[in-house]
Amino acid sequence: MTHLLQQKAPIMEALNQYKSMRVVPFDVPGHKRGRGNPELAAFLGEQCLSMDVNSMKPLDNLCHPVSVIKEAEELAAQAFNAKHAFFMVNGTTSAVQAMIMTACKAGDKIIMPRNVHRSAINALILSGAVPVYVNPGVHSELGIALGMAVKDVEQAILENTDAKAILINNPTYYGICSNLQALTDLAHQHDMLVLVDEAHGTHFYFGDNLPTSAMSVGADMASVSMHKSGGSLTQSSFLLINNDVSEGYTRQIINLTQTTSGSYLLLSSLDISRRSLALNGKDIFKKVAEMAHYTRTEINKIGGYYAYSKELINGDTIFDFDVTKLSVDTRDVGLAGIEVYDILRDEYDIQIEFGDIGNILAYISVGDRHLDLERLVAALAEIKRRYSKDKNSVFIHEYIRPQVAFTPQEAFYAPKQKLPISESAGYISSEFVMCYPPGIPILAPGERITKEILDFIQYSKDKGCFLTGTEDSDIANINVLKELVE
Amino acid sequence: MNLWYTENHSPNVRFSLEVEEHLYTGKSDFQKIDILQTSEFGRVLTLDGLVMCTEKDEFIYHEMITHVAMATNPNIKKVLVIGAGDGGTIRELTAYPTIEQIDMVEIDKMVVDVCREYLPQTASKLDDPRVNLYFEDGLKFVRRIENDYDLIIVDSTDPFGPGEGLFTKEFYGNCYKALKEDGILVNQHESPFYAEDALGMRKAHQKIVGFFPVCKVYQFHMPTYPSGHWLFGFASKKFDPIQDLDAAAWNDLELKTRYYNTDIHVGSFALPNYVKEQLKDVE
Repeated sequence: MTHLLQQKAPIMEALNQYKSMRVVPFDVPGHKRGRGNPELAAFLGEQCLSMDVNSMKPLDNLCHPVSVIKEAEELAAQAFNAKHAFFMVNGTTSAVQAMIMTACKAGDKIIMPRNVHRSAINALILSGAVPVYVNPGVHSELGIALGMAVKDVEQAILENTDAKAILINNPTYYGICSNLQALTDLAHQHDMLVLVDEAHGTHFYFGDNLPTSAMSVGADMASVSMHKSGGSLTQSSFLLINNDVSEGYTRQIINLTQTTSGSYLLLSSLDISRRSLALNGKDIFKKVAEMAHYTRTEINKIGGYYAYSKELINGDTIFDFDVTKLSVDTRDVGLAGIEVYDILRDEYDIQIEFGDIGNILAYISVGDRHLDLERLVAALAEIKRRYSKDKNSVFIHEYIRPQVAFTPQEAFYAPKQKLPISESAGYISSEFVMCYPPGIPILAPGERITKEILDFIQYSKDKGCFLTGTEDSDIANINVLKELVE
Repeated sequence: MNLWYTENHSPNVRFSLEVEEHLYTGKSDFQKIDILQTSEFGRVLTLDGLVMCTEKDEFIYHEMITHVAMATNPNIKKVLVIGAGDGGTIRELTAYPTIEQIDMVEIDKMVVDVCREYLPQTASKLDDPRVNLYFEDGLKFVRRIENDYDLIIVDSTDPFGPGEGLFTKEFYGNCYKALKEDGILVNQHESPFYAEDALGMRKAHQKIVGFFPVCKVYQFHMPTYPSGHWLFGFASKKFDPIQDLDAAAWNDLELKTRYYNTDIHVGSFALPNYVKEQLKDVE
């Protein structure tokens, strides 16, 4: 029965039905099925433009779904075992922000790891919620941030019993998972909501032998980037809710910032991809895991590179590892991850997901071909042969514990002054500094700038990381609070 | 009965052969394989609808891909051939008693099986005791090898589809690594004439030039390939194909060839200006 239902794709079916009715459009969009913009139609395809239509009765309305979008959301909820699923058209960023703003009002505390995506801290600027940071574990050899240790979260909860929620980043970009069940149970014992940024974990709901998903452990809300491992169009995402979280209130929060012209290209892509995952997800992710495993094994044979996997598991801060991720430590080749990332693109026409100081991440999906995996491995072998340096030439910086002086919202809106970044040590930052990707802030609004942080920023710049976040697009100047706080 | 095989030589140009019989059709994990009996060119092997080899003109291709390197360095003993599923390149190599080992790496076993059955003219020497067949990705095979071969011949399909990896910088770099210090690389180098083929030619040249001190291109006339004007690349760590040619030594071998001779050897490196210019642009 369930299986039969999941074969439906209500939004896609409604769009097809609408197209076959050959309705004369005297509504927006003004390109009128592409006829008004032949260049765009030639570029994107006529079929694509004919599906770029407006909200209307037969196609429902994303702001207040009553028919086909509602039905599609119910099917998605069923597929993910959630109470409700919201179709999101402004990226997982908007889903993360909706989670935090649903759980917290201004002044409410939220417990979260510091290595969250910028979208989470942006939500704090918007909502005025107060972060209680838990320092993530850091792997002593790889230097990557890990999950949150259960005892660290417990301590944060006991010290902040008035916190409204905890946010868990699971898995991390690198594929590291926290002990989701234990953290969820712990938070629930203290009446806190559990919000999970599952941007990199869509496949956990469908594949076999993958880490546990947020909904399966009883978490309250989860943001799922369908456009990453789920196969939908860029910018489309699901927000899942569970337990006592109110569907109506969450919808109100979403509508605070969401477009009233939700794109049917994005919506139908979510609908079709949900159907595909529900029907074929097991096979799809089995294949992806096999491809990642093969590539990992071959990369490890090259020597110098370390493509890590489940052997890292330590029962706590690395409670599990997502084997579909291909994360590779490059430091023993004497190259920073970002250098390998650049060489792969500039010299070998291979674009990977990101490179940071010590690692690269290649995103493997069902769309990959075996011959492309061979190219990646061969190119990495060549990079080692042609470019490798002394293996002590790449430093891994220790995780820098942030010194939080103000909440992100206070710092962002406070009276501020612009300083050359090199002279800013000791001041409180009013803005972000981060490498993008991965988009995890080095410095967030409200945090004290230290020499250690400035050194790290300079090092990242020198290695070729793309830095972003400040008002000054060159990252030469930084806005700091006028007020000096000891 | 009026049955014609047609291939697009460019988006606007077609080439047709009268077909007497469609002898075989099959689909491997990698591509569609067909054997046609044609009136003019005898049996024809096509992969994904593109002519790879015909009984009438294959000698031109297979002689030119092998003898130029062999005449430049008669001491070649260990050869790696990548692609070459029809076996023609192997047939030419086995004519040299001095060659001790030929490793052939073809990704698609079905191509070899079909050619053994339908194209004995080219596949006849695949069972020579010096020949080792490996059915795997050429890029993967060569990645693991260092300083081992005297000659690598890349007898590939086009730079799209299963042969894609054999036109990449990582592949040519890996070939460099797999060759001995006096090693030679000969590769299928596309054509200078139609735009799409010419792009493949320029890209291949650009990538190879980065690795080898000697890097030349030579031409031959291939009636069934687009424009009929086709190229091979000759790259080497040490040997120059013209200065180091010992024509007398090769002629003493008294090998029977129909296209290649030592005059053609020298002459084939003389390129038309429009080809030279395209190559120079990417050097």
